[in-house]
Amino acid sequence: MTALERLEVAAVTLQRGARALLGGLSFDAVAGEAVAITGANGAGKTSLLRAIAGFTRPVSGQIRFLGADGELDADATRREECHLVGHADGLAVGRTVREELVFAVRWTGGDATAAIDGARRLGLERLLDLPVRHLSAGQRRRVVLVRLIAAPRRLWLLDEPLTPLDADSRAHFGEIMSAHLAGGGVIVAAVHDPLPISARTVAISG
Amino acid sequence: MTPLSTLFRRELSLAWARGGGPLLTVGFFASVCLMVPLSIGAAPGRVSAVAGGITWVGLALASLLSLDRLFERDFESGALDLLNLGPLPLETICAVKCAAQWLASCAPLALAAPVAAIGLGAKVETAGLIALTAAIGGVAFAFVGGAGAALALVSRRGGVLIALIVLPLLTPPVIFGGAAIANFAAGLPWTTGLILLTAYALAAVALTPFAMAGACRNALS
Repeated sequence: MTALERLEVAAVTLQRGARALLGGLSFDAVAGEAVAITGANGAGKTSLLRAIAGFTRPVSGQIRFLGADGELDADATRREECHLVGHADGLAVGRTVREELVFAVRWTGGDATAAIDGARRLGLERLLDLPVRHLSAGQRRRVVLVRLIAAPRRLWLLDEPLTPLDADSRAHFGEIMSAHLAGGGVIVAAVHDPLPISARTVAISG
Repeated sequence: MTPLSTLFRRELSLAWARGGGPLLTVGFFASVCLMVPLSIGAAPGRVSAVAGGITWVGLALASLLSLDRLFERDFESGALDLLNLGPLPLETICAVKCAAQWLASCAPLALAAPVAAIGLGAKVETAGLIALTAAIGGVAFAFVGGAGAALALVSRRGGVLIALIVLPLLTPPVIFGGAAIANFAAGLPWTTGLILLTAYALAAVALTPFAMAGACRNALS
């Protein structure tokens, strides 16, 4: 499979309950580009990211993944090229940080060594053997971010990635995002605060 | 390490800790089996005549114990999102979850079942068959139970709903398994019960992953 070069969201309308969201939103993001999705609470930022990840089907419009030779298989791209960091961090509170990290990284295509290296880079090495329930919100978010750097995937879907992070971690995560873009990655992030990198803003209204 | 074994290890470690673990499940099963003779009285022969049946009712109830967490925890924590963006299809993921549930909950029950049945007065010769049928029936319990747990994801009061959805579907294995043991103990032909039980378990393994995956997709959307 050729690598993802472009994500295309074309005239997408989503539905939540009886309410229509986004109203025919169109944008695209090419390799090396970050798109910041802004909008009021409830405007549909999270729903949009979940639709790109394939969890929700748009009621109209299309979400397409394009490579150098044309359109890629959407399901395969999501399985192999897509990271989603949502509000819910997906960590099992009874397991240790190491167990959860290694599983998440292996599951998304990395290996255990990369997972531990990533934890070191994000300053988590002293927490590795603690159960996840002992971690603060910011620490838990950093655990999730490790899989972004330890399991290389082209498309990052980030839902308010900065919210629980402290200033140092935000700056550090900014560097990680810049490196990802420099390597040809694509970032689509739902945000309220500006991202610490340059990003094209797509505003959606509720 | 393949994605399948990575996933199985995670699921097994979660299943082992879920709902207090195998010890609690086996303890609950022992309590149910103890309660029946206390309630129907200790007249000679009365309990031993129904020992196999009591054991099967106990197995069915005990296998329900930790089902409500099978998908709910992962759904609420967001882990189901992560699992859904991995290399294996959701159908396989659901089957792996049920297999881990079997190993952590139904397999210990299958070891405890002959002890309980013999304690209730079943013949010692039936021990092997009881363990075997409990292990096979446990496969049906885990997979059918998994389907109930996945269907209950979108509702509140999931735990009660699971029991209501699942218990009627656990009746056939209870009938087949109980009959096989009763006939074996009475010296009658008993293989039919075992064959039907195995067929039911295999059908559950073959069909329920699709139902579970559909229910999970519905809950995620």
